Amino acid sequence: MELTCKTTGRALVASLSGELDHHNAARVRGELESRFAAAGLQNLIFDLAELSFMDSSGLGILIGRFKTVSALGGEVRIAAPSEQAERLLRLAGIHKIIPIFPSLSEAAAGL
Amino acid sequence: MENKVKIIFDARSVNEGFARVAAAAFAASLDPTVEEIADIKTAVSEAVTNAIIHGYEGRGGRVYLEMTALGNLLTFTIRDRGRGIADIEKAMRPLYTSKPHLERSGMGFTVMESFMDSLAVSSAPGAGTRVTMTKRIHG
Repeated sequence: MELTCKTTGRALVASLSGELDHHNAARVRGELESRFAAAGLQNLIFDLAELSFMDSSGLGILIGRFKTVSALGGEVRIAAPSEQAERLLRLAGIHKIIPIFPSLSEAAAGL
Repeated sequence: MENKVKIIFDARSVNEGFARVAAAAFAASLDPTVEEIADIKTAVSEAVTNAIIHGYEGRGGRVYLEMTALGNLLTFTIRDRGRGIADIEKAMRPLYTSKPHLERSGMGFTVMESFMDSLAVSSAPGAGTRVTMTKRIHG
């Protein structure tokens, strides 16, 4: 599980690759929190294009960051989830609070 | 002819990945689709994670994974000897979590139920929990 970050406009793009489960959730959460705080940006985009597996531990990470970012007046978006990840996101109703886009460029538009 | 595999492993989070890959490898003999494999990996990952987090509460123990193939029907049983669940109905409610401070989504059982064909949970406080899931492979 790797997390790489970059900036686009007023958003931090957090690209996750590998498998996101309970084993690495705490580490990813900590890295995300510190990188988002250090970046001083308003919005957060999860780029899931290279995420090969996610279970409900990943949902917890997304919901947690949504709470943090929206409390600061920012917006969270999800880009390019796999079919498996998107089914999980929709099952949990995540798409109702965090918009899902087919690509990073579409997710970054307007942020 | 029935084919059965039993695996016993330590209740450590590092073994979550091992368990789901083992489940996927076992299922592979029935020539499942990519989606069917993803369903099985996700559901098994959820059940094993529950055993580690809720059954043993991170204190260690053993997780028992039993996998059976009969025709095109796969059965996965994940069992622990941990603290058990006092109220199964409550635990299975979507979004319910006993550990919100860990950012658990409360979707584990819902995911298992949705991604597999059947889910049965039996448990008793102090005696552990048994989760049995089936999946018919259409390939």
